[in-house]
Amino acid sequence: MELHETFKLVSSNLRANPLRSFLTMLGLIIGIGSVVLIVSLGAGAQALIVAQVNSLGSNLVGVLPGASDDKGPPASVFGIQVKTLVNDDVKALLADSRTSHLTAVSGYAQGKAKMVYANQELEGGSFMGVEASYPQIEKITLTGGRFFSPEEDSGLARVAVIGSDVSQELWGGDDPLGKTFKIKRESFRVIGVLQPRGRVGFSNLDKYVLIPLSTAQKILLGWRHLSLIRGRVDEAANIGETIQGMKEVLRDQHNIDTAAEDDFSVRNAADAVELLKTITDAFRFFLAAIAAISLLVGGIGIMNIMLVAVTERYREIGLRKAVGATRRNIQNQFLIETLVITGLGSIIGIAGGAVVSALVTVIARALEYNWEFIVSLPSIFLAVGVGLAIGLAFGFYPARRAAQLDPIVALRYE
Amino acid sequence: MPSLIKVSHLSKQYQNEEVVTPVLHDLSFTIEAGEFVSIMGPSGSGKSTLMHILGFLDHATDGQYMFEDTDVSLLSDDQLAAMRSHKAGFVFQQFNLLPKTSVLQNVMLPLMYVPMSEDERIAKAKQAVEVVGLSHRLDYRSNQLSGGEKQRVAIARALVNDPTIIFADEPTGNLDSKSGAQIMKTLYELNLEQKHTIILVTHETYTAEHAKRILRIRDGVIVADEQVAAERRQAAVAGELK
Ligand SMILES: Nc1ncnc2c1ncn2[C@@H]1O[C@H](COP(=O)(O)OP(=O)(O)O)[C@@H](O)[C@H]1O
Ligand SMILES: [Mg+2]
Repeated sequence: MELHETFKLVSSNLRANPLRSFLTMLGLIIGIGSVVLIVSLGAGAQALIVAQVNSLGSNLVGVLPGASDDKGPPASVFGIQVKTLVNDDVKALLADSRTSHLTAVSGYAQGKAKMVYANQELEGGSFMGVEASYPQIEKITLTGGRFFSPEEDSGLARVAVIGSDVSQELWGGDDPLGKTFKIKRESFRVIGVLQPRGRVGFSNLDKYVLIPLSTAQKILLGWRHLSLIRGRVDEAANIGETIQGMKEVLRDQHNIDTAAEDDFSVRNAADAVELLKTITDAFRFFLAAIAAISLLVGGIGIMNIMLVAVTERYREIGLRKAVGATRRNIQNQFLIETLVITGLGSIIGIAGGAVVSALVTVIARALEYNWEFIVSLPSIFLAVGVGLAIGLAFGFYPARRAAQLDPIVALRYE
Repeated sequence: MPSLIKVSHLSKQYQNEEVVTPVLHDLSFTIEAGEFVSIMGPSGSGKSTLMHILGFLDHATDGQYMFEDTDVSLLSDDQLAAMRSHKAGFVFQQFNLLPKTSVLQNVMLPLMYVPMSEDERIAKAKQAVEVVGLSHRLDYRSNQLSGGEKQRVAIARALVNDPTIIFADEPTGNLDSKSGAQIMKTLYELNLEQKHTIILVTHETYTAEHAKRILRIRDGVIVADEQVAAERRQAAVAGELK
């Protein structure tokens, strides 16, 4: 029997009992579907995180207080206060020739406080003291008003540039420009409103209020130190050199002789992206491997049903042999039947996984995440390949059993 | 020219685990092309076993089976399949049609394992269906047919690949006497008019006497090998004409 005739026979056999054929495939459909879904969601989440980090600007370099090693970030990342960075460090970085590629540098001092306007309160709001050079470091756009000036910073002015969520929650639809509100019982005047920026990691930038650094340190926090320093490098090619220069300048400032004694850590966005990718890749692989176990279960289910089908069709097999079918004919018939089942199951699984992933995309976008729908061709090829491999592996034994069947036994079988 | 079938000292025993069941003992006989032979004997005497061996479905334990020039015991599995495909056609007591499958598709089944075009298969199958007089049932499913019609479809399936020999194992066993008589008439005419060699297994004298020759077996031994008297044969065939 030629291959296309076997296909015809198999497809009519499968059509004769559609529910059963579908149930046979179900395990595989779920397995393939979850692999495709997980790989797709993983890629979407990774793209989202990377995009967020990149949105900070890839020429950005940051200095965090406290030492870090290759394995992990400094303690300050976890909210532990380390007081080693001070305003003089920023001045030194701006003045030194070793860091001449820095176009702008600012110290940051961050705190949380209740914010009140009239009878509206904002819970979970954060303020960030930054210098007037901030707009040259981070990508921001004002929907109204202006950013504060160096004079306002040094003069302890009580002015604020507010995030879009802050504006929404305290003023609703009203224009907040020129209004006075309270941070920690101190009055601030709104001079600018930011365009929505979205989330980076766990923090919602739109819930931030930007105020002059000196005002934050002296009036709200009572600090002399900084939460972090950020600077912008003129060109990506100069990042490595600049990071080296920054370390040297800061060591001079802090009277440190060797790298081992560093009480600060310098990071750039590109490194962070690389690190994030490594972590998320490992995560994706791990989840996909778990999902792949369900493929194995699906394969065993298919083998089980095929063995039952062989037993049910003893007489048919005996008859086919009696009219001239060879072992190979019978084996091909059952093997192709399994392959068609797994092939169809894979296709349905891929479609199902992609549809669920698309739904997740729609929901994530509705929640204002900039989520991308990614179903990569390699992951589809992989899923189909794995599906067919399972068909071959688990279809071989039942097909062989059918082929080996003694025609007499099969014909006499009741 | 050699005999179509030459069996010498053929024995068969089944072995299941420790139990050995001897079924056929030291059989020797020949059958020529164009013959119509009945194998007769009580139930359990080994008729079906013998027919399966002659039909390349089973192996003898001992002795020799020559078909035309071929020593069948030396054939590989694939060669046996080729013999079943080209030399033999089978009619079984239980019909053994594929369920939920049309008459045409059932009759085409043996042709599926022979290289030829789909059109050719359909043409040959239609021709075979016509020989058994079922052209008006071509598109019926096998389960929509009466017992007699089912067995005629089975005969058409046995004929479709122009086999050298047709084996029929109690073909009337599951039929009422009228349908059974019709089946026997069809087989009789196939032998008479189309010169098909036919081996018929039965335990009924009346059915057996449609053949020219009867091999009687009992407990796996041939107890008689006799020609059917012309008038008895006439009577058997006339039986269904009335
Ligand atoms: N696979 C088998 N294993 C053991 N004994 C068998 C097997 N097949 C048939 N037999 C025995 O062989 C004997 C002959 O069977 P069979 O050829 O079917 O007889 P008949 O067709 O004349 O009724 C019976 O006694 C039967 O029980
Ligand atoms: Mg029998």
